[in-house]
Amino acid sequence: MKYKIRLTITHEYNQSAANSRHLISVVPKFIANRQQLSSHILEVFPEPDTRAQVTDFYGNTQVFCTLREFHSEMSIRLNCHVEVMPPLAWFDLSPSVSELRHSWQTSRDLGADSPLHYLGPTRRLVQDAAIGWFAQEVFDHGASTAANVINIGRALHDAMTFDSSATTVDTDASEAFALRRGVCQDFSHIMILALQSLGIPAGYVSGYLRTLPPEGGVKLEGADAMHAWVRAWCGPQQGWIEYDPTNATLVGTDHIVVGYGRDYSDVSPVRGQLRSSGGQKNAQAVDVAIIG
Amino acid sequence: MIEGQNQGGDEAYQDLCRRYQAQVGKGRAHSDEMMAQDGTIKPVWEPFFRHLSSLSPEEKSLRFTRGNQYLHDAGVLYRQYDETLSSEREWPLSPIPVVLSEEEWQEISTALVERADLLEYVLQDFYRDNDLVRSGQLPATLLSQNPAWLRPMVGASSRGETLLNSIAFEIGRGPDGKWWVISDLIEAPSTAGFAIENRIAMGRVFPNFFGNAMIHRIADFFNDLQQNLLDLRGRAEGEIALLSPGPMNQNYAEHAYMARYLGLLLVEGEDLIVLNGQAMVRTVAGPKPISLLWNRLPSSMFDPLELDPTSMLGAPGLAQALRDGSLKTVNMIGAGVLETRALMAFLPKIARARLGQGLAMSNIATWWCGQDKQRDHVIANSPRMMVGDAFSTTPLMADPKTISLGEGGQGAEQIAEMLRSSARNLVGQEAVTLSSTPVWEGGELVPRPMCLRISLGRTRNGWTVMPGGYARISAGDDAKALAMQRGGKVADVWVTSNTRIQSSRVLTQNDRAVSSSSAQSILPSRAADNLFWVGRYVERCEGNMRLFRAYYARISEGADHSDVLLEYMRSALMDDVKPRAGDIAQRFADPLVRGMQAASRISDRFSPDGMMALRDLVEQVERLERRRVPLDEISAEISSLLRQVTGFAGLVHENMYRSDGWRFLSLGTSLERAANMCAVLSACTPEAVPAGGLNLALEIGDSVVSHRARFQVWANKASVIDLLALDPRNPRSVRYHVSRAKEHIARLTLDGAGHVLTEVARLVLQTETKLASCRPQEAKPEFLEEIRLDIQAISNALNKDYLA
Repeated sequence: MKYKIRLTITHEYNQSAANSRHLISVVPKFIANRQQLSSHILEVFPEPDTRAQVTDFYGNTQVFCTLREFHSEMSIRLNCHVEVMPPLAWFDLSPSVSELRHSWQTSRDLGADSPLHYLGPTRRLVQDAAIGWFAQEVFDHGASTAANVINIGRALHDAMTFDSSATTVDTDASEAFALRRGVCQDFSHIMILALQSLGIPAGYVSGYLRTLPPEGGVKLEGADAMHAWVRAWCGPQQGWIEYDPTNATLVGTDHIVVGYGRDYSDVSPVRGQLRSSGGQKNAQAVDVAIIG
Repeated sequence: MIEGQNQGGDEAYQDLCRRYQAQVGKGRAHSDEMMAQDGTIKPVWEPFFRHLSSLSPEEKSLRFTRGNQYLHDAGVLYRQYDETLSSEREWPLSPIPVVLSEEEWQEISTALVERADLLEYVLQDFYRDNDLVRSGQLPATLLSQNPAWLRPMVGASSRGETLLNSIAFEIGRGPDGKWWVISDLIEAPSTAGFAIENRIAMGRVFPNFFGNAMIHRIADFFNDLQQNLLDLRGRAEGEIALLSPGPMNQNYAEHAYMARYLGLLLVEGEDLIVLNGQAMVRTVAGPKPISLLWNRLPSSMFDPLELDPTSMLGAPGLAQALRDGSLKTVNMIGAGVLETRALMAFLPKIARARLGQGLAMSNIATWWCGQDKQRDHVIANSPRMMVGDAFSTTPLMADPKTISLGEGGQGAEQIAEMLRSSARNLVGQEAVTLSSTPVWEGGELVPRPMCLRISLGRTRNGWTVMPGGYARISAGDDAKALAMQRGGKVADVWVTSNTRIQSSRVLTQNDRAVSSSSAQSILPSRAADNLFWVGRYVERCEGNMRLFRAYYARISEGADHSDVLLEYMRSALMDDVKPRAGDIAQRFADPLVRGMQAASRISDRFSPDGMMALRDLVEQVERLERRRVPLDEISAEISSLLRQVTGFAGLVHENMYRSDGWRFLSLGTSLERAANMCAVLSACTPEAVPAGGLNLALEIGDSVVSHRARFQVWANKASVIDLLALDPRNPRSVRYHVSRAKEHIARLTLDGAGHVLTEVARLVLQTETKLASCRPQEAKPEFLEEIRLDIQAISNALNKDYLA
């Protein structure tokens, strides 16, 4: 599947700011045998004084930029073409969760894709008793890890209501879970904590979702802005699988990956605080069109 | 002191010895540093103990006070945090040193250097190859789940670069007489600066003893430290700065002291900015490059963009500057991972694998409960164990959250359950008891548990160990409550020498021509801003004191608060203050406290004498507030305070180097005084003002005498305005201060401004011209109000051009 992705992010500040510095994570990641970026143009307005592309610890593409002059609005525009290869036929090779735990406990790998980075806690994601109970209720000892991941994701989807007014980017997973409401970020954070509470390594994925459903399909939730879902480690044979709890689906060719991290803050689209921030308005627009 | 004379001893010696022996008998420590098991004083302590016993109780008390006075005057303070508020506390120096022999010291040094080298090796591995994990010497989750292991720093340093350059250790003596490492202090260890201050203070306590005693000097350590910083900067052209979290940090006094002592620029996060990949300090003359930061922030706070996004202490972009190699730090950002408690469980093995033998000095026996064998050991030996968070970097024995398994009513089952359910997050450590050392309490020597803090610095030839340092002494008899935050004391550590020490002076004034000159010539915008406000607040305080004095002079002459002129004063000049002495006094007490706060934010640029004068002033004002002063004495009291304020101003102007910093302070004073005088004149010169207004203006303007000298007439409107608004030679007049401000502003340089006047220079020139071309009879209240607003605009422009 080939996509043309257009993204616009605008930040309007109440007080104009100078000397701001940002770290932008919006460019799709290269993933061998799965996802290839054929061309991209990333523009920042006003024109940054300095700009550099770097790769972070997890192998994500990030762009640093600095804006020296006073400005009251900043916008980021991305145009890119991505090709997403169809996944291999689904085949569950994952062990039981207790075998899985043993497998990462004896791991000595600290590379970027090692499950050991995804055991929690992080600054943002700290175990929550209610989420832990929720995971326990769904958990099936006899089932494979992958089956448990899918079951938990589906159960979470059923328990939660998608509601973009209930939470903000700073809402805690525990708070969103108590409300049983939220957006893709909340769904993903809660699912990560649920999986980690069982000893299943789980991480956060940011990315894009195709805007229009295939003929006869349902339009997916979260396609109008950048999207988020979850990856879970299912043992050395199966490796990582990705699941979108907001839409209760395994990730296939409708999802385009931007970045992998432990939680939102590792891959948030625009990082960079302003010294004298008086408040700001943000807007995001995404269009993901199929071009072949 | 001649050997052999010691044993006989006089009565005072024997008496002090007996009394201490009785106290040691009552103590819970396993042994005492000064007293041997048989009740005699250990030979290495003998000369000091003899000297101490020769002092009368009065002499002792006098000398101990002298030491504290020095620390107080030098502004050696630390900040203490309670639940909600923080307050400054006097540095709790115990005037009794801890004495160690050269032989013992040598052993300690050798062992700590070995440990420092091992830690460097471990840190290099953590941030590059991860061989320790790959070979199974360290469980992987101790890094992957460790918040102190900073992923953005993985692979950031170049091979061959030393990651540790300044560290410290805390060690304690175990029951077998051997020393143990209690904690590794890697991230911003605060030790060295306090050690110098302790030493100077001790020189005041035992002046005639110090002269002859053979005690190792600690000053050389700092020369080495400074040389190392210069070496690390290498050929880079930027400045070396000490990055502090700021005055709210408990160790800020030490940061300011070290910066001043080593000639480094003292900066905070908001001073820093990264431009084109280069870290810069924002100064009044534009951004200047920084090549090396001696970092005193927690590593995770260093860069809000890539590390902790909630950090208000660091600056965005610094992490990238480190990876680019344009910036270096001491120590490496992320080095704090070495303080992880659980690491102590694995260091002995790592040492054996690397060195072929165990460490010369062990650390406290530690078990990580994430491994079954280790956890079972903790459960089996629970009566002797303390348990706490495996990833915390606070030493277990100093952490209030530590659970002591030996005490408390927890059943064995509960302990086992806790250790099973969250094993990976827990460590057990053997509860150790410490040795005791004497402190002076209530006229007695009493033994208290102690540990030593020892600093190490890197030199061209490897690690050097400061011969001495400081001891931390527990507040009570409990060896677990070591944190100073909870009321402990510190003591100087003396390492005796077998040969005579070259110089008897505590600190040598070394030739530090290299870097101090540039650190002083660079003025960070934040420092300039604070200096400016010190000037303004102190002047505001003085102005309000003069108002207060004028007001009460009239009260003590019999006027009532309802007197027409007094009522007018309150409404026109004193913001409608309530007619109460306390409220009126508050009008000068408040700015004084603010001035003091601004000064303490830049204590590295302020002479200790200036700080002392300001601190005294604040104390006196506070004392005045607490006392009931009879009415007729109020103006005399205020006059005395006023003399002190002007004394402070004099001190600053007499002693301060004519740098840009002085200019900003002086600008603050001038702009504040000029604006206030405009306000006084526009209030006192209109027709409708009650009788006595003109004399009041002269009084507040301290120009009664000048007026008599210049004019042969009673005060009239024109003469008062001439003298206080327009006269360029009266240091109380508006014109005088506007002209002075103009001169200061003309001397400030701004990169890239060329011949074009800055906005502030343009405004001040216009205002001066208005004043110079004004005739006394034309200076109506409206004109004075206009000038007052002009001055406000000058202040704002100054801010925008130089301080923002």
